[in-house]
Amino acid sequence: MSDIAIRAEGISKRYRIGQRERYYTLRDAIARTFTAPYQRFRNGRGPIAGNTLTPAVSHSGHAIQNAPFIWALRDVSFEIKTGEVVGIIGRNGAGKSTLLKILSRITEPTEGQVTIYGRVGSLLEVGTGFHPELTGRENIYLNGAILGMKRAEIARQFDEIVDFAEIEKFLDTPVKHYSNGMYMRLAFSVAAHLEPEILLIDEVLAVGDAAFQKKCLGKMGNVSKEGKTVLFVSHNMGAIKALCRWALLLDNGRVATIGSPAEVIKHYIAVDPCETEVILTDDKFHRGDSDFRIERVAILDALGAPCTRINFGHPFQIVLEAHLQRDVSGLHVGLGIATPDGTRLTTTHHSDSVQQTHFRKGRLFLRCYFDNNFYSPGHYFVHVGAHSEDSLASDYVPGALAFEVLPLSSNGDGDFKARNFGLFQHPSRWILENQPKDKEV
Amino acid sequence: MSMIRDGAIVQPGPIIIRANPGWVPLNLHDIWEYRELLYFLIWRDVKVRYKQTALGVAWAVLQPLMLMVVFSIFFGRLAKVPSDGLPYPVFAFCGLLPWQLFAHALAQSSESLVANERLITKVYFPRLLIPFSAILSGMIDFLIAFVILFVMIFYYGLSPTGALWTIPFFVLLAGVSALAVGLWLSALNVQYRDVRYTIPFITQFWLLASPVAYSISLVPEPWRWLYALNPMAGVIEGFRWALLGNRQGPGAEMAISIAAVLLLFVGGLYYFRRMEKTFADVV
Repeated sequence: MSDIAIRAEGISKRYRIGQRERYYTLRDAIARTFTAPYQRFRNGRGPIAGNTLTPAVSHSGHAIQNAPFIWALRDVSFEIKTGEVVGIIGRNGAGKSTLLKILSRITEPTEGQVTIYGRVGSLLEVGTGFHPELTGRENIYLNGAILGMKRAEIARQFDEIVDFAEIEKFLDTPVKHYSNGMYMRLAFSVAAHLEPEILLIDEVLAVGDAAFQKKCLGKMGNVSKEGKTVLFVSHNMGAIKALCRWALLLDNGRVATIGSPAEVIKHYIAVDPCETEVILTDDKFHRGDSDFRIERVAILDALGAPCTRINFGHPFQIVLEAHLQRDVSGLHVGLGIATPDGTRLTTTHHSDSVQQTHFRKGRLFLRCYFDNNFYSPGHYFVHVGAHSEDSLASDYVPGALAFEVLPLSSNGDGDFKARNFGLFQHPSRWILENQPKDKEV
Repeated sequence: MSMIRDGAIVQPGPIIIRANPGWVPLNLHDIWEYRELLYFLIWRDVKVRYKQTALGVAWAVLQPLMLMVVFSIFFGRLAKVPSDGLPYPVFAFCGLLPWQLFAHALAQSSESLVANERLITKVYFPRLLIPFSAILSGMIDFLIAFVILFVMIFYYGLSPTGALWTIPFFVLLAGVSALAVGLWLSALNVQYRDVRYTIPFITQFWLLASPVAYSISLVPEPWRWLYALNPMAGVIEGFRWALLGNRQGPGAEMAISIAAVLLLFVGGLYYFRRMEKTFADVV
């Protein structure tokens, strides 16, 4: 079978800046109708676009740019054949989620056209439409229907879904009483039993503990063996390499590379400019609505100067700036460091060293010192997030930041020895125990 | 659109996704295709509604009953509003039932899109399902209150007329009226968040402009046609006619009500479809 499953021809998506951050009021619209002619006269410029042109407004309410539009996607074209598994990679904000939203018909492209041959199932989120008041049994039917399953289909697979989620005992308990783990298992289980011909999966499926992630990836491997077409977004380069026929790298809304996973990942790591600071005020970085949002992440050297590359063995700091909509208690803010393969090297929470877990509404600054840097030279991703006492995620931004450890130190004495491979250079000390001390030759 | 029948996939034509600026066809068959989801959304609303309230079913009865008591005291007893020769409490309750059905449906459907934001930004389905499902969730309340109305009719020694069979038609008209307005308001509410604040005002205004507490016979004959532009006038008068037989059956005014509703409804459908594509970006 080599017929086409998805054909994208020059798709572009334009957003108005601030569209996702500010709601218009009818009052504004009416006021604008009256003031627009006056403003046009005052500006002495051509006709303005009526009530579609509004000043770009940032989160704090200040104008940030004059250009009212941004292109989230620009002229993206590709073809996916039936039965192929394709990975989409790119930095946060590169347009990956927008692309999935267009392919799953949630939003329309501004330009271009997509043709899809087959029944599409999209999983942009696990547990969409779950209602806390309804029982597990009721939510299976509701969520299944929302994901596009027919009632007969759900009934047929009901036992399997329950088995997979391991929740038989709690089937008639409202899901608001479920633990986070049970909730995620049930949500994923329903999603995993969706039987579309084309499956679109967003990164969110990779949230959860290691066992859960493994289950997700295993299921995805099975799906691809069944000859289904799968398109998935991930920061987990290991999964992309293992599962995908080919991959697509998005950069700033454009297709940067299409090719074999290994090639594309190499390209991704090479072109990915390790930014010293990432601003995450836009909604698209955050999943769900939460009172807590990490809005800025920066990486600094030991002296507090912004840096993109860290010398081997040199300490560094990561700074988090967050915004709280209201007073929050029992919040653990954390960060994790992972390799591009998706291997988590470390996870650390502010509450490991600071007692306070209740924060006042407003801005929150946290600084994490990595006094000892044992990482081997290479690229690393920083995931940031926060969760409450019951381990429900309040915010999670995977791959918020990337940094590189260089094989050199500044003064040359602590250079990395190329013969020492491995992810870590654990501090170690050797002593010679049996040979007589060598005399100089 | 693809379909699954008994597990077998009927091979459909390709799905084309592209920008459709401006007015778009209604594609009402999409709703038919997604009828099971429509059913589940209604089922969810009804379940949650009765699970979350401590009073549960009693709530459905208490609201119109208490309004009836207040109306009977102030309008019936004190202001002596004429009730076409009927006992005022039955007269008022009979008007309150379709009114409550309408007001609840209107409020629910207007808020529905914003309330279902998560669904809209994460899954595709015809967006029309959301306001459609919202208007139907109040139906159970209505049916319960309807039983109470029957008890009252017999208590006051009245009996329903032979036109009782026309009731479903008036219920349908009330539902379509609520949906017609709900389509406009829900789509506007996504775009302009202050629209929600106007809804209580619209409902209050509309209640006073409808013959709930008074009879349409108070409206001078020459102005009846204008009054009939309010579809709830037709619904409520029709309701009383079918149950209590207080006046003669629906005439030209009913036709005006129906025409007004249809115009608003079809306009609402097209407006909704036009705005639909921006929902996920804006909501």
